[in-house]
Amino acid sequence: MTNELVHPEKFFASRFGVSDSIFERVIGSALERRADYVDLYFEYRNAEGVSLDESIVKHTSKNISHGVGVRVCAEDRTGYAYSDEVTFDRMRLAAEAARAIADQRGDRPNAVQVGQPVKTHALYELQSTPLEVPLEERARLLREIDRVAREADSRITNVMASFAAEQKIVMIVNSEGQLAADVQPLCRLNVTVIADDGKNRQVGSYGGGGRVEYRHFIEGERWREYAVQAVRQAIINLDAIDAPAGEMVVVLGPGWPGILLHEAIGHGLEGDFNRKGTSAFAGRIGQSVASELCTVVDDGTIANRRGSLNVDDEGTPTSRTVLIEKGILRGYLQDRMNARLMKMPATGNGRRESFAHAPMPRMTNTFMLPGESTPEEIIKTVGKGLYAVSFGGGQVDITNGKFVFSASEAYLIEDGRATRPVKGATLIGNGPDVLTRVAMVGNDLELDPGVGTCGKDGQSVPVGVGLPTIRIDGITVGGTSA
Amino acid sequence: MAIFDTALAQWVLDRAKSAGASAAEVLFVSGESLEAGVRLGEVEKLKSSRESRLGIRVFVGQASATASTAELERGELEPFVNDTVRLARLTAPDPFSGLPDASLHPRHLTELELTDSAHGIIAAEQALEIARKAEKAAMAFDPRIKNSEGAGFDSGIYGILFANSQGFSGQYGSTSYSLGVAPIAESDGAMQQGYWYTTSRFFDRLEHPESVGVISAERAVRRLGGRKVKTLRAPVVFEPDRAASLIRALIGAASGPSLYRGASFLVDRLGSQITSSNVTIVDDGTIRSGLASKPFDGEGLPTTRKAVVEAGVLKTYLLDSYCARKLKLSPTGNASRSVGESPTVSSSNLFLEPGTYTPEQIIGSVKEGLYVTELIGFGVNTVTGDYSRGASGIWIENGELTYPVQEITIAGNLKDMFMSIEMIGSDLVWRSSTVAPTIKISEMTIAGA
Repeated sequence: MTNELVHPEKFFASRFGVSDSIFERVIGSALERRADYVDLYFEYRNAEGVSLDESIVKHTSKNISHGVGVRVCAEDRTGYAYSDEVTFDRMRLAAEAARAIADQRGDRPNAVQVGQPVKTHALYELQSTPLEVPLEERARLLREIDRVAREADSRITNVMASFAAEQKIVMIVNSEGQLAADVQPLCRLNVTVIADDGKNRQVGSYGGGGRVEYRHFIEGERWREYAVQAVRQAIINLDAIDAPAGEMVVVLGPGWPGILLHEAIGHGLEGDFNRKGTSAFAGRIGQSVASELCTVVDDGTIANRRGSLNVDDEGTPTSRTVLIEKGILRGYLQDRMNARLMKMPATGNGRRESFAHAPMPRMTNTFMLPGESTPEEIIKTVGKGLYAVSFGGGQVDITNGKFVFSASEAYLIEDGRATRPVKGATLIGNGPDVLTRVAMVGNDLELDPGVGTCGKDGQSVPVGVGLPTIRIDGITVGGTSA
Repeated sequence: MAIFDTALAQWVLDRAKSAGASAAEVLFVSGESLEAGVRLGEVEKLKSSRESRLGIRVFVGQASATASTAELERGELEPFVNDTVRLARLTAPDPFSGLPDASLHPRHLTELELTDSAHGIIAAEQALEIARKAEKAAMAFDPRIKNSEGAGFDSGIYGILFANSQGFSGQYGSTSYSLGVAPIAESDGAMQQGYWYTTSRFFDRLEHPESVGVISAERAVRRLGGRKVKTLRAPVVFEPDRAASLIRALIGAASGPSLYRGASFLVDRLGSQITSSNVTIVDDGTIRSGLASKPFDGEGLPTTRKAVVEAGVLKTYLLDSYCARKLKLSPTGNASRSVGESPTVSSSNLFLEPGTYTPEQIIGSVKEGLYVTELIGFGVNTVTGDYSRGASGIWIENGELTYPVQEITIAGNLKDMFMSIEMIGSDLVWRSSTVAPTIKISEMTIAGA
């Protein structure tokens, strides 16, 4: 099932017998109340997973899901109903449930005519998807990773590797008559290893992926790099000393540490929180929220990236949104409802986990543009501090702006040099303030390798982050060594 | 809800056998729910859900595969089952895999009173009214409550049917009701959110919406004016919900998959003292109307009540039959299952047995330290026990709660933290499936300015 061969509109028509006239009747039913906007979201998802543990390919799985979600928006109210049976009767019932949030109307709604196509990007025109690669081959790759990781160091006691691949076919039809569709491939290869030297036990992880073909992992032996990086991290951490505690200068390495932006800035700039005035960034457009070295963008249009989309889950083409320009707050991430209520343009950030969820403003790929310093110069300027190169998860309290992200590989900086590895520690800061402390920005922007997942209000969506090396003059490091 | 019954389950199992499977399981879950949300007194959202899914796990000898689908027609199910059996043939045999020991399946299922059939789904108007009441009480509590992320009332009704090829078949239903409120307090240009909730399997057992609203508002207001403290080592008192998160972290390390993989700081610790001797932690899947109670687990084995930690000693791990075979132990009825995935292990109703101190006595024992009311982040490493999370709370001076603190972290190692639980409160309340009373840890590193 290559992308080119799947025509979503024809696919849904032949699979579920849906047609323009059915869409028009369902939307018409929803509009019998005083609604501003109605959309139908059709989804068909095919996902396969294979995983290895203790040198055995233990699990294979295959999950097929499909369904339709009907959303009715009236002012700031949302009615949502979905069904995993894609039939006219179920859609009509869903429309009746969803329209309950809208007021009665005296007049008759105008008839909706659907079929006006939305021009989308073409960011992942794949010749083939990983789902087409025989499962034996995917299993063989995991066994190779297991072998390479174990051979890399005799202290590796276990290797867990997994390969997940999916293809989502989506179609969005709305009360403005638009019809948007997309075929969205996504895959991810993860490696986690356990190292044990008799005294200490440690864990190391690495992985990557995106909206890519299987050969992405084979080219340049990326898979081998994942295994080697996971091993390197676990082995380094075996000798890690206690992390320092307190406020200090922190240098973040390129790539994954961009999770800082995702937590500190990105969530706080999502349109829903700002419309409601519940974000620490509310009402601050045009104000200085970062040092002038900082320009931060959210870009859903980068080819083959995990966070990219040809069209968001409301049928709006994704875009590149400048969030912070040379330190000044410029824009919010918007879905259609919040854009309409805030009288701002929709930015193509309306996303949802599946047909079982209503869309909301979400990030795509969020990163800082590069500056001029070399990473070596940046580290050299620090007398005493922390150099953090890899992170696990993070979280933010939107309302007070406090955010955390947890380092999984970090080193002390002593006299301008990265020296001893330290144990994982959580860093905590204040979103509207942390980027004002950015004193240097590197010329080495990297995007993460493609494994990020963001959770908000119970919905998970794939995202990307990126960062050049940066120096932050003062953030609290939550180690144990006070 | 979609039509699915034991006859169709048997048909699926038979199809798997004819396709060449030596053993198989089928799991069918269905659910219907209504989520209602209000914000600042007005309707914000209504979401109505209806879903049913079928999952199977098939074995060809000791190789297995799992799959799930939303297509429940026999015509669609047949190729689905055949594909899954084909998938299993591609998987490597694992000598420890397989269905559980058939003699362990329950003959009779205990009635656990998990369904509130008198109420079922709460209709939109009533659900919105409850949420409105709760939010209104929060907004009226203090003039500094100026905004809100809203209040939500959800109700749901669920059904599970599970059967395997060695003759076990069982089904049960359940209901759940929950109300949550998130008001925002504002003062001097800074905002703080409070959150409080109530949840139950029975509608009438929920706390009053007004009291949920008031507590959520209190929790928001008391955070106003939060500041950083200097970095130091000091005692840390965890309020009940935060203490529960520590219990969850410990149990993650006591769960079969982490153990056989060597990915836990509790490897080889069975029978050893792992916490201070005042600690007893119980996992009980059989509590009447418990939020995590069920008559059988994800493999069809009976759920059980057992002390995981008793007077400080690690008494048992939590195991499904795969992990039990790997570790040469017996399964504990803790297999959990989501459709389309292989079984894994999770706790059921889990609690830290209450002690004798009131929360005031515990706070009163601290000369200088932290009372933790919120934790954020994922800084818990099950492999090493290293713990470092973002925190906010109230600073304790001379046994009294004083000013709010924020933008700090608390750090330590779970091994040391559990060995230094100095006091345990008497204030255990079942408000979620993992609960604990207030606890005091004698010393942690608090990082701030």
